[in-house]
Amino acid sequence: MNQEARANKFSLGRIMVYLFLSLASLCSLFPFYWMFVMATRPSAAYNSIPPTITPGNMLIENFQKVLNAIDFFGAMWNTIILCTVVTVVVLLISSLAGFAFAKFKFPGKNILFVSILLTMVIPPQLGLIPQYYLISKAGLLDTLQGVMILSFLNPLGIFLMRQYVSGSVPDELIEAAKLDGCSNFRIYRSIVLPIILPAFATLGIIVFTAVWGEFLWQFTILRDPDMYTIQVALATLSNTFNIDFGMILSGVFWATVPLIVIFLLFNRLFIASITDGAVK
Amino acid sequence: MISAAERAIKKKRSISEEKKDMISGYLYIAPFFIIFAVIGLYPALFSTFLAFQNWNGLSPMSFVGLENFKVVLADPLFWKSLYNTIVIGLLGTAPQLVIGIILAFLLNLSFLRFRNFFRVTIFMPYITSMVAVALVFSVLFSNHESSLANYILGVFGFDPVNWATSEWGTKIAIAVMVFWRWVGYNTIIYLAGIQSIPGDLYEAATIDGASKIQQLMYITMPLLKPFIILTVFFSTVGALQLFAEPTVFLGAGAFTRDEAMTVVMYLYRDAFKLQSFGTASATAIILLIIIVIFSAVNTLLTSGVGRKKRGVKG
Repeated sequence: MNQEARANKFSLGRIMVYLFLSLASLCSLFPFYWMFVMATRPSAAYNSIPPTITPGNMLIENFQKVLNAIDFFGAMWNTIILCTVVTVVVLLISSLAGFAFAKFKFPGKNILFVSILLTMVIPPQLGLIPQYYLISKAGLLDTLQGVMILSFLNPLGIFLMRQYVSGSVPDELIEAAKLDGCSNFRIYRSIVLPIILPAFATLGIIVFTAVWGEFLWQFTILRDPDMYTIQVALATLSNTFNIDFGMILSGVFWATVPLIVIFLLFNRLFIASITDGAVK
Repeated sequence: MISAAERAIKKKRSISEEKKDMISGYLYIAPFFIIFAVIGLYPALFSTFLAFQNWNGLSPMSFVGLENFKVVLADPLFWKSLYNTIVIGLLGTAPQLVIGIILAFLLNLSFLRFRNFFRVTIFMPYITSMVAVALVFSVLFSNHESSLANYILGVFGFDPVNWATSEWGTKIAIAVMVFWRWVGYNTIIYLAGIQSIPGDLYEAATIDGASKIQQLMYITMPLLKPFIILTVFFSTVGALQLFAEPTVFLGAGAFTRDEAMTVVMYLYRDAFKLQSFGTASATAIILLIIIVIFSAVNTLLTSGVGRKKRGVKG
């Protein structure tokens, strides 16, 4: 570091940069902190001026109220099952299709690939009514299967997998395996899958968090409280006219904690999952 | 002289290989297309068909021509919901682009310490679900005089606002939550874009005596354009499909009040509260057209702005 740069270290510009970024971080973090504060306070704390911004001691009481209002753990369990199944199925569908688009020659390949990308433009609301009708005809209203089927379509997944397979699986490896008499599926299972596992992590995170937070489908198809996912269950917390803020934010807080923990552990993967989609 | 026979064998073999690859190819992409046909394409076509029918889900359909479209387009509530959607969309997404670019630029400054801390915290709101965001903000922005939003207004000498029930209160509160959840996401995309710009461009500019602001305007912005177009496209489509945030924020009265009803809420209300599937489908078609027009116009505008700037510079 030269003299000039050292002198610059505490310049006004740098202080402004740190101030601005700190303010942005504070704004980002504050709702999380405040969720926790309200989850530990009685609803009455809400009426105090100035507002309470330190935690209280009602953490457990508020959560018990949540448990009385909704089947919190049942709804969490439903969401976990839903997200896990959808993620596994989407990873399979996407990697198989991505492999095919990257490494096989077949007539109409490019048109088919472009048509998959075009399906991304169809807004999910367009088919909402017929989809609801189909699901109810199939007897899948109020079932997780009904929600799952509607979440299996993931054109972005196929796009990412094609990019990844063509970039990281060498053609020679596939040729060699073929000479050894490997079937195509065997090549997929023993050669392609192990190579693309890192891409599974990023795509898996994209799919899992998208299904975790998805609302429109779950809200439309699940009407029976026993089948509620956590999003639908949380939404019902504020759906009464006698609102208990401490309880609502307790529910939100405990439903968000698992995500925060996963995010803090794997934040690089989360961030990579966004940029992979954007940059490629 | 071995070659003739061998070549024949090889050729035969490669033809059967080719066939095998072709079959595998179709087989491996089939799951997507089968699922898409059943739950994507068929519903989309059926919606288009339904838009010309009168149907409540139970009694037989009857063809009504363009009547559904006329009903929707003559309904003041539809126009109110479109107005709400556009206002909330503009308030919630346009500032994101500006703040997002600034944040990304700052996060990329070479002298910055705690870079990863800032990056992770700014991105963190994105992991919360839309329902969770709406609930937290419904408490931050409640009508109470003591709600945090009203308290802060009070500190600056303003009167409390009825965030949960007023025309502008609801819109601003919902726009703020959209902003909060997405600005970090856009920042990360811009940051990836900025990092793809070769560093020697900045070095050269520094040597030529360009300030950081000038570097932002004349190097970062033009080269970031593809990323800006991408986020403008996503933001436009997402904003026009806004549903979870207002529905949860408005709570029990969500479908009976109009201050923050969005187009998708209007569609949902027609379909599942009023059992008017025909008009709801017509609304879906109209929304699709609106999305196509808006995203095309916004994308073109974004590309145009950059071009003009470059023109002025050159």
